[in-house]
Amino acid sequence: MIAFITRRLLLLVPVLLGVTVVTFTLTRIIPGNPIDLMVSPLASAETRERIAENAGLNDPLWVQYFRYIGGVTRGDFGDSFVTDQPVLADLTSRFMPTFELTLFAMLLAVILAVPLGIASAVWRGTWIDHVSRLLAVFGVAMPVFWVSLVAIYVFFFLLNWLPAPQGRIGVIITPPATITGLYTVDALLTGDWKALRSSVQSIVLPASVLAFAAMAPLARMTRASMIEALDADYTRAARALGLSERSVVFRHALRNAILPVITMIAIVYGYLLGGVVLVENVFAWPGLGRYVYNAIASSDYPALQGFILYSTTAYVLLFLLVDILYVILDPRVRI
Amino acid sequence: MRAVPATGHGGGRASLEPDIAVLDQDPPAGGTDVLRINDLRVEFRFPRYSVEVLAGIDLSVGSGEIVGIVGESGSGKSVTALSIVGLLQRPGFVTGGRIDFAGTDLLEVGADEMRAIRGNRISMIFQNPRASLNPVFSVGKVLREVLRVHSGLRGGAATARAVELLADVGLFDPNAVLRRYPHQLSGGMAQRVMIALALASSPQLLLADEPTTALDVTIQYQIIQLLSRLRQERNLAQIVITHNLGVIAELCDRVAVMYAGTILEEAPVERIFDAPRHPYTQGLLAARARTELTGRLESIPGQVPDMRNRPPGCPFSPRCPHAGDVCRTANPAMEAVEPRHRVACHRWTELA
Repeated sequence: MIAFITRRLLLLVPVLLGVTVVTFTLTRIIPGNPIDLMVSPLASAETRERIAENAGLNDPLWVQYFRYIGGVTRGDFGDSFVTDQPVLADLTSRFMPTFELTLFAMLLAVILAVPLGIASAVWRGTWIDHVSRLLAVFGVAMPVFWVSLVAIYVFFFLLNWLPAPQGRIGVIITPPATITGLYTVDALLTGDWKALRSSVQSIVLPASVLAFAAMAPLARMTRASMIEALDADYTRAARALGLSERSVVFRHALRNAILPVITMIAIVYGYLLGGVVLVENVFAWPGLGRYVYNAIASSDYPALQGFILYSTTAYVLLFLLVDILYVILDPRVRI
Repeated sequence: MRAVPATGHGGGRASLEPDIAVLDQDPPAGGTDVLRINDLRVEFRFPRYSVEVLAGIDLSVGSGEIVGIVGESGSGKSVTALSIVGLLQRPGFVTGGRIDFAGTDLLEVGADEMRAIRGNRISMIFQNPRASLNPVFSVGKVLREVLRVHSGLRGGAATARAVELLADVGLFDPNAVLRRYPHQLSGGMAQRVMIALALASSPQLLLADEPTTALDVTIQYQIIQLLSRLRQERNLAQIVITHNLGVIAELCDRVAVMYAGTILEEAPVERIFDAPRHPYTQGLLAARARTELTGRLESIPGQVPDMRNRPPGCPFSPRCPHAGDVCRTANPAMEAVEPRHRVACHRWTELA
């Protein structure tokens, strides 16, 4: 097991190197000149030249690349052109808000989608199956930013049940003392009920919107793999052994059906990291999504590259986690 | 002889009164029958039409007796077995008949009661043993669950009983097998494990649906020997479904030959091989003999009838070399050739 994990972690090195080559090249190919951002539009050609020289933008691409890689190996991702802060510090401070949002979105999606998928597999062809299919179609078909706007319109403007888009917590509320970095959890741990109330109110809408998008593929995958498991020979054999329907469905069938769903959860989580860019912008959520949106808009090369490296690492680690779960759950892949 | 109308395609419940056909039957051997099926009818219902896949089956199994059901694919062998244990799935529906087991009609009992009988007093094993074992559970885990459900055994007692069962079906080193997962078992071992599971609560009847079909020939023989030994040691009655006449010859006491949802002939195994009366049975045996002779797989000319357009009269008449006018119009009733040998053919006396 240890050897397996070590091998996978070592594999991360070539993956990340490949990613740096691609992103480095791409960020240079796409239009936009970072110098425009760093200097006033009225600056003289000499000033522009001097700044470009200082930033190393005049060197050949490969020199720039190796300088960058050299920095990365020392944990230096360069400084953001926009915030003037080290990119790594920027990313780290924005990681937790995004993690909190996507975590709650994912939990909500799994809690709703998996039972829905099971129900529509067990009672396939009935109303519950049709409702689940309809939900899935809407979840996939409706753009997440539009759902965000509708949700704000309904729950804030019309019903006034939830606050306006205000980021992670109300403007006049002091965030809870940092323990985990997740506002809701920290507020709960420190017993800060005002902060808890405000942070929960703030996260409900963006997390629900993301969960709505994430539910569709999860529910469909659960349904499909559950149907396969329920029709399998081993399920018929379990029934022939006189086991209860509850054991047949929830132990014998579900235990097999859940494996592809776990992979799907990881894939959807990656998809969620994309969707979060839009949702964070609509809800003023101070996370990675907004940061990267601004980085793209302003040709902030170091920030963009840093973010891609960061999210690639997160993705690879996520799939490592999935593989470890598989080893635990599926005896056939045990080494 | 009396002619029964082909099928009750009057739709709806085809539950005929236990009619004279039942009285025509031989009296079962001394009332020791473990299972008695009377006029079992099953329909597959599709949105636009329905098909009668069992058109009135009569079959009984005596205590400690091994009855073979032989027939081509789609003749209704498996449907019969699944109906007995109440596992017939949509679109299949039992539309009539009785299945008597130890004084109760299995078609009348509720789902919970049926579950208590299934895997406990009647067990079933299947064709593909490795696929019939859940890939994510170890052998021990499933065995212990079955022992807990039916025998109330837990912990050490359950493990001890599990080891005993595995040893009893001829698995060496049962303690190691307990920890194994299905993908770590060979097909023969998996079928032995399935049999151990089926025997966990000492059933009176075992239904074996093609128990050897997916296995190597040498392993087939071992499984046949195991089933045969279980009958001797435990007096375990069995229904063995197969399309392999070799299995029938080796294992069974009595054989029912099925075709298109009906039993065409039923007799002790020696009678079937030595003095088959139905042209279909004769054809099966001849095809087998030709196969052995030429080394090529031979079959009876023609095809199993499309069940949607069941031919009137005898279901075998379109393929039967001896079919006469009466065969194409009237369904033959079961007639006794000898006390334990019955045949459903209009012309068996002429052909004998």
